[in-house]
Amino acid sequence: MTMLSTGGEALLELQQITVSFDGFLALRDLNLSLTPGELRAVIGPNGAGKTTFLDVITGKTAPTEGDVVFKGCSLLGRPEHRIARMGIGRKFQSPRVFEHLSVQDNLVLAVNQPKQPWSLLVGGLNASQRDQVHHLMSIVNLQNRADWAAGSLSHGQKQWLEIAMLVGQDPDLLLVDEPVAGLTDEETDLTADLLKSLAGDHTVLVIEHDMEFIRRLESPVTVLHQGHVLCEGTMDQVQADPRVIEVYLGTTEEDNG
Amino acid sequence: MFSSFSQRRWTIVCLWVLIIAVIVAAPAVLPVFRLNLLGRFLSLSIVALGIDLIWGFTGLLSLGQGIFFALGGYAAAMYLQLSNAGDLPNGIPEFFGLYGVKELPFFWHPFASPWFALIAIWLIPGILAAVLGGLVFRNRIKGVYFSILTQAALLVFYNLFNGQQKLINGTNGLQTPATKLFGQYVGSDLMQRWFFWVTAVVVILIWALLRWVVRGRFGDVLIAIRDDEPRLRFAGYNPTLFKTFVFGLAGALAGIGGALYTVQSGSASPQFMEVPMSIDMVIWVAVGGRGTLVGAILGAVVINFAKSLVSEAMPESWLFIQGGLFILVVTALPEGVIGWFRGDGPGNLLNRVGLSRPSATYPSLELDGQEEVQP
Repeated sequence: MTMLSTGGEALLELQQITVSFDGFLALRDLNLSLTPGELRAVIGPNGAGKTTFLDVITGKTAPTEGDVVFKGCSLLGRPEHRIARMGIGRKFQSPRVFEHLSVQDNLVLAVNQPKQPWSLLVGGLNASQRDQVHHLMSIVNLQNRADWAAGSLSHGQKQWLEIAMLVGQDPDLLLVDEPVAGLTDEETDLTADLLKSLAGDHTVLVIEHDMEFIRRLESPVTVLHQGHVLCEGTMDQVQADPRVIEVYLGTTEEDNG
Repeated sequence: MFSSFSQRRWTIVCLWVLIIAVIVAAPAVLPVFRLNLLGRFLSLSIVALGIDLIWGFTGLLSLGQGIFFALGGYAAAMYLQLSNAGDLPNGIPEFFGLYGVKELPFFWHPFASPWFALIAIWLIPGILAAVLGGLVFRNRIKGVYFSILTQAALLVFYNLFNGQQKLINGTNGLQTPATKLFGQYVGSDLMQRWFFWVTAVVVILIWALLRWVVRGRFGDVLIAIRDDEPRLRFAGYNPTLFKTFVFGLAGALAGIGGALYTVQSGSASPQFMEVPMSIDMVIWVAVGGRGTLVGAILGAVVINFAKSLVSEAMPESWLFIQGGLFILVVTALPEGVIGWFRGDGPGNLLNRVGLSRPSATYPSLELDGQEEVQP
């Protein structure tokens, strides 16, 4: 468990979060903390509460009980855009890019600062922001698609564009929900490398189903089950844990076998 | 790629040459009656431009623009009524006599000033729109619920204005032709010619203003709101601010359109706030082309001219033609006429009626130009 030892102050801390939808507990008494620069994978069977857990952090869903603390401030009661401006970026499960805008304009919206109506009307991007947009396009290999409508990209390209938008927001914490769903093996490997390279400067939390991908990330793994943290550890430790085998990996192995 | 781009450019240039030619030639060619109609329709196109901003770009379908249109019209008419009230008995507008009102209601007083009136024409509807819109957007009410609320607000204002005989002449409205501006009767041919010119210039200025607003990053945010508003929040933008701003701007534009329409049609009345009027405004934009700006102008002018010509020849048939037009746009031209020209117009239409071979829908196949998909 050495990889989980906290070196200093936590960047994000979920304290005893409970989310109840009309009595159904999507999350119950969930505790989790992330240290700055950490790369963390979250897995769990369907319905484990993975997406609700991101909804709570990003302000989309208010927890019934508990508190979310980011950089020492509680996030409760803050609207989504304020939480985003505090430095939390989110990539959605199915890629959500602005389909009628070009690839470049999608990235410009992410990179642009400040995000107020008046400054958008009168100002322009500065040179370093323009460079960043071009840099992001080259990272995700879309520089030849700059003027294409984002809606005309392939699924994998949209996934990457959204990851690039997320990076362009320059958040301290990146929440990445199923980044490799529907990607080819090659694209999956590249995505894993990209996320690993982002960790360190950023804190990255990845939710994924793809076990090979998680293994490639070489990161600590948190297993969610029925809205609760079942266990944490390295991929090997987690896969060896009998509780995990019972609720999740065991059934997968049976299916495969 | 390049040829289709420059072709598009040419279409737009030709359109503008046509529009400016019509505006310049109209006073020389058209009899005053027709010129006055064109001036009115250009005033309506200002409202349509506002609707294109909030609906075509931002995705807010308002069925209540008549409120702001009427407020602008009333502001202009109140100033005109007061501007020559000094010659009248009691020194107040004539209609007050019908209801035995001896003293000018308090809210009329500021409208004696031309400067106040000039500002009130756009500022009052603009602020009202921003306040109403802001309250609705803050509560994240959108889609059809927003449309229903705007229509409900329209009915509230319609009934309110209809019932206030003693304050604003109720259902009769405020008449302007017999009032004077710069020593001339507002209804005179000379003034009507001037109103036409003013309206034409204002339309072009507002078109340029809106083009500046929708080009660039601000316009991209509006389109992002239309396409995926929740996603935009997670990118750190507050859509409520942007929506409130553009809805207020569209309200202000409707007010300007209403004022110019009032002086050219001769009265401001609660009929401006009848439900079909506000729905017509939306149809002009839908037919002309959402998200194109110039389509809003063309839609408003062409449809209204068609309406007046058809109504002269066959008074009963206009509603059927308008209904047919709307069905045509919804089924065959969802992007409107201008949107149709900008996109793959004729080919797309042939596709829709099943006359041409369907092509691969995946755009990169067409653009790469290498793969052919066999049906």
